[in-house]
Amino acid sequence: MRKDIHSESYLQTVWRRFCRHRLAAVSLGILMLIVAAALLAPVIAPYDPNAIVGPFASAPSREFWLGTDLIGRDVLSRLLYAIRISLLVGVMATLISSVIGVVLGLIAGYFGGVADMIIMRVTDMVMSFPYILLVLVAAAIFKPGLWNIILILGFVDWPGIARLVRGNVLNLRETNFVKGNIVAGMPLRHILFSEILPNTVAPILVYGTSVLALSILDEAALSFLGQGVQPPTASLGNMLNGAQSLTVLTSQPWLWIPTGTLIVVIVMAINFIGDALRDALDPNGV
Amino acid sequence: MGKYIWKRILIAIPVLIGITIIDYVIMCLAGSPLEMLQGPRVSEAAVEAKKIALGLDQPIYVQYFVWLGQILHGNLGYSIKSYQPVSSMILSHLGPTLLLMGVSLLVSLLLAVPAGIYSAIHQYSKGDYAVVTASFLGSSVPGFFLSMLLVYLFTVKLGWLPSSGMTTLGTAGGVADVAKHMVMPVLVLAFSMAGSNIRYIRSAMLEILQQDYLRTAKAKGIGHFRVINKHALRNALVPIITVIGIEIPMLFGGAVIIEQVFSWPGLGLMTMSAISNRDYPVIMGVCLLSAVVVLVANLVTDILYALVDPTIQLEKG
Repeated sequence: MRKDIHSESYLQTVWRRFCRHRLAAVSLGILMLIVAAALLAPVIAPYDPNAIVGPFASAPSREFWLGTDLIGRDVLSRLLYAIRISLLVGVMATLISSVIGVVLGLIAGYFGGVADMIIMRVTDMVMSFPYILLVLVAAAIFKPGLWNIILILGFVDWPGIARLVRGNVLNLRETNFVKGNIVAGMPLRHILFSEILPNTVAPILVYGTSVLALSILDEAALSFLGQGVQPPTASLGNMLNGAQSLTVLTSQPWLWIPTGTLIVVIVMAINFIGDALRDALDPNGV
Repeated sequence: MGKYIWKRILIAIPVLIGITIIDYVIMCLAGSPLEMLQGPRVSEAAVEAKKIALGLDQPIYVQYFVWLGQILHGNLGYSIKSYQPVSSMILSHLGPTLLLMGVSLLVSLLLAVPAGIYSAIHQYSKGDYAVVTASFLGSSVPGFFLSMLLVYLFTVKLGWLPSSGMTTLGTAGGVADVAKHMVMPVLVLAFSMAGSNIRYIRSAMLEILQQDYLRTAKAKGIGHFRVINKHALRNALVPIITVIGIEIPMLFGGAVIIEQVFSWPGLGLMTMSAISNRDYPVIMGVCLLSAVVVLVANLVTDILYALVDPTIQLEKG
């Protein structure tokens, strides 16, 4: 038994603990399938997503598996390309907000004092504005569009990560290995990025999954309201935009049920994975 | 205690000032009101005169203080579409939104608190898994998609509930009518909020259940029921206050989308139409108001913490 524990690397331990969450393991599989489908969209999509290839709003058939939309584009092809866009928005927005949050959190936590005071008050300010309202206003001012949405979500999402990193750094600063580094006169860059940062990766990763899930939901909401990714580019949100009309809602369910369900599946899979990661990366776990 | 509350209020003041600055800067980025005037028939001199009349020839910080002074007098500017004062527009739309938010908050607590506590007490049971899975579903479903599903089910298929507005057109309305219109928007808002809050209350409750004083209470042999009800639940008040504090900003955001979907005649609907009309004074008025409400809600939450949990006073007071 003892030998087993020692022969297992950290990543193996994490993986073993992760797989104990059956829902998370299944979610990971489903998510990988979805990502693969999105990446292979140009190969597997039956039609050009922006081309008019069939009759208007025809129900699912052998020819068009998920039917066609209001102007005769193939829904399945658009869906595959939409996943690409929505995942791109989610991942990029998460990366941007993580970088901003990590840098500000490190500075606030490590240096304390005035820097901490200023950064934390700015964090409070940004967090006071209702999130979706701020994003909507920013989208209206900077004109909606794919890259603007990514930047807006990225620049609005960082306060949570900044707070998390700051809290972790405050704890780590008091540990002996960091104090040892300081006493040994190690350069600041080394202490911050080689000693402190690696020890906060686990909580950042877990928090990042929830930011990813939220970013995908926000993109969907924004595009649904017509303030996000603009047509003809398909995104999971703007494909649902048409369903605001009662005809679509009532008699053309293939235009909104598959897309909406896909959003739920993607976001839920990410949330389950995040939850399992939290347990798997917990240093006190078994 | 008093010292802690004062300290907390003093911290809130720079944040409040910062909020007004951010709001003002966004409004300036959105464009100058002079742009509306410009056209072939408006002379250069007229624009210049208007510029001086509006005080736009002064340095930006002077303009900010003038604007701030106006805000303190309750003047949030005028809508560039309807020319009505923004403050009176907000006031007239506030009622329906407060009603919707208040009821949703209550319903979400009624869902989340018992579910979270049940889940914690029966950790790793089938019921626990069901509750946690449902809570993940709640935080993963986009509100607008859930709304569409509900409308499809209850309005289109079953014909039980109206899908839009607050009262039936052409009738006097009445409590029952409003309540009927409220069912779906409230369900959507409450379900999505309850999602994340169930997990929060569950983990807070699990932590409480592991405390020494609960082990003591159990060891005294007063019975499972009394341990939970007398000792654990009272301490669960702290996470519940946190949850209310988290929910208030979520409510503001959620209301914008849900009011749009259900045509609920509140602040959210007004804001969305202001956004599509590029009516910036209205948008920024709503932003400022909601940011201030959220700030005050956070402040009240922190003060309530101090009142409920004596250890917070000891640490910081």
